[in-house]
Amino acid sequence: MDRRHRLVLAAGCAAALLATACTAGDRGGPGSGPAKDARQTISLWVGFTAESEVKAFNDAIAAFTAKNPHITVKVTPGADDDKIIQAIRGGNPPDVASSFTTDNVAQFCKAGIFQDLGPYLAASKVDVNALLPRTVRDYTRFEGRRCVMPLLADAYGLYYNKRLMNGERPPRTLSELSALTRKLTKRAPNGDIEVAGFLPSSQYYENTAGHLAPMTGAKWYNPDGTSAIGSDPAWKRLLTWQKELVDWYGHARLEKFRKGLGQEFAADNPFHKGKVAMALDGEWRNAMIASDAPGLEYGTAPLPVADDRPDLYGGGFISGTIVGIPRGSRHPQAAWELVRHLTTDTDALVTLSNALRNVPSTIPALTSPKLKKDANFQTFIDIFNHPASSTVPAHVNGAFNQEVIQEFMAAWEAGRVKDLAEGLRGVDRKIDDKLRLAGG
Amino acid sequence: MTRLVPAALRRRGTWTVLAFLSPWLAGFLLLGAYPLAATVYFSFHRYDLFSLEWVGLLNYEYLLRDEHAWTAVRNTLWLVAVMVPARLLFALGVAQLVVHLKAGTAFFRTVFFLPSLVPLVAGTLGFVFLLNPATGPVHALLGAAGISSPDWFGDPSWAKPGLTLLGMWGVGELMVIFMAALLDVPRHLYEAAAIDGAGPWQRFRRITLPTIAPVLLFTAVTEVITTLQYFTQAMVAAKVASGTTDLPGVQFTPGYPETSTLTFPQWLFHQGFRDFAMGYACVLALLLFAVAMAATLVLLRRFRAFTEGDLA
Repeated sequence: MDRRHRLVLAAGCAAALLATACTAGDRGGPGSGPAKDARQTISLWVGFTAESEVKAFNDAIAAFTAKNPHITVKVTPGADDDKIIQAIRGGNPPDVASSFTTDNVAQFCKAGIFQDLGPYLAASKVDVNALLPRTVRDYTRFEGRRCVMPLLADAYGLYYNKRLMNGERPPRTLSELSALTRKLTKRAPNGDIEVAGFLPSSQYYENTAGHLAPMTGAKWYNPDGTSAIGSDPAWKRLLTWQKELVDWYGHARLEKFRKGLGQEFAADNPFHKGKVAMALDGEWRNAMIASDAPGLEYGTAPLPVADDRPDLYGGGFISGTIVGIPRGSRHPQAAWELVRHLTTDTDALVTLSNALRNVPSTIPALTSPKLKKDANFQTFIDIFNHPASSTVPAHVNGAFNQEVIQEFMAAWEAGRVKDLAEGLRGVDRKIDDKLRLAGG
Repeated sequence: MTRLVPAALRRRGTWTVLAFLSPWLAGFLLLGAYPLAATVYFSFHRYDLFSLEWVGLLNYEYLLRDEHAWTAVRNTLWLVAVMVPARLLFALGVAQLVVHLKAGTAFFRTVFFLPSLVPLVAGTLGFVFLLNPATGPVHALLGAAGISSPDWFGDPSWAKPGLTLLGMWGVGELMVIFMAALLDVPRHLYEAAAIDGAGPWQRFRRITLPTIAPVLLFTAVTEVITTLQYFTQAMVAAKVASGTTDLPGVQFTPGYPETSTLTFPQWLFHQGFRDFAMGYACVLALLLFAVAMAATLVLLRRFRAFTEGDLA
């Protein structure tokens, strides 16, 4: 072999290595793998880790295997997006995978990380429009491609401690929330906060930009995918209200109080302990209070809204767990049967919802008489059904965009942003620049 | 001479040499040359971990506008400029102290070395809890003394000094290296210097430092490279101090508070594996590689000048 041939061979090998480095197995599809009625074992990765959650999930799987005795489901708890993506890239993905976050749905669909469920839905004659509420339909698809299905949903509202409220009714507007916060907050003689009416810090547990935005109807994106944050006055309204309340507390005192609080998902959560009178939280808090603070007298209500937008009252942030068939699944047909069971079977969803106290994600499950609901849980079902409820729309940079505004809010609260309008325009620039990088 | 050796024999000799070199060559090609070539190749692509699209210089152009990247550069350089000297000086000081102890040497060696045995995540967690402004014992102790303690990992001005303290706490391995070097300095040089009337500083400056210079060079180079790759402690401290939890709609960006602990490798990781921008992450990796190479070369030159100046 002469030098030229050796060079050509070396270049060929290098090109082959480079090319293979960026592929991650075949995409699979509805017609591939064993038939759905063949005897087989499929793998399912879920994010649940708590013993009660895993048990509830295993019960739902047991109902599936009772209907499909030829399919054995091997459940692996504690999965997250990183693990799922690594497994897909490594060519050894689970047959079905579930994620707690909808932030990556756009990438999942765009890059084909999860298979397009359109053909499966068509083959099974599932009418998604009749089955799923609008917002849920939106956060499980991107650019017309549905690559995941919703597996229970979360709605966010206001929890209030009845004893600390002293007979006050829950606030309906941001002005009322501020006034009530001032009234209910208790301070030590040195000014330190002992009990907070409502914590306005965006760093506090669930007080993220995404969860707060529905309070003023703040819009994330323009139709072309560019950021609307700098141009939508609703963001200025939200941040101005928030800053006024932070300044009333004093940022340093607020931070000191926040850092001395218990953990969000533990029995010492400050709302359980009566350290916070009103808090933004998801519907799952009902189950946690029942388990960790059964004596707590509390109520739930929709989040207060901008004074000039009473039409928004009743709505809130909506999101949820998603499930789909990763690219490269070896048993896609049986995998779809499991996904279909978990996401469209009313009994399965109601059983899971009753056990996990999450909002069921389909319209028939929401109206099922088997769904257990008390007044506090009903609030979240109403929020879920409200036309003003919204989510962070699917976007190729969904996570990054939320991080940018979150970071900005932290600086804003701390008083390190002098010009709010210019600061929000800076947020727009970062989001739009990143969109260009991602090819949006 | 070469011309006198038959071509077949020359070829056989070449293959023999290659055969002996093959373990190293295989390692270098697979773990060094190929990843580097792939990084350069991907840097010209939009690569979301699953599909490739040629974009020319787009990733490089974005680097110029990416404020996070330049914040990460500043933070990382701050750590190199402050934490590396602080760790080296502290480790050298502790080593000097322990070497010259008359009694309890084993005890103090153990005490100073122990923190470096603590896993990075556990050590960082402990440090953040110790320095918590509301519940940490350090805050309580300082408060009892009438000193108001800062919000170490919650205040952008104090977060990096907090990490530096954490770094100084874990200098055990550096201390052992310096102790070995200090014990290796010939005693007669000190005796001769003492007879000539040299004081402690002169003995340190004229005997100790030049003798341990190669060790100093080694530790400085490895410390700079390690600090350029600083990741775990900053990520854990920020995550714990922020109090955020991974939940739908709840975002955690490394660097809390306000990007003050965002280091370059964290941003690289975030771009590649969280934001699906692996092509851009490759650009960041190449920049990190270039900076690490440049820093090593500069250190080598500076130390050579230092030791040559000393010999002269």
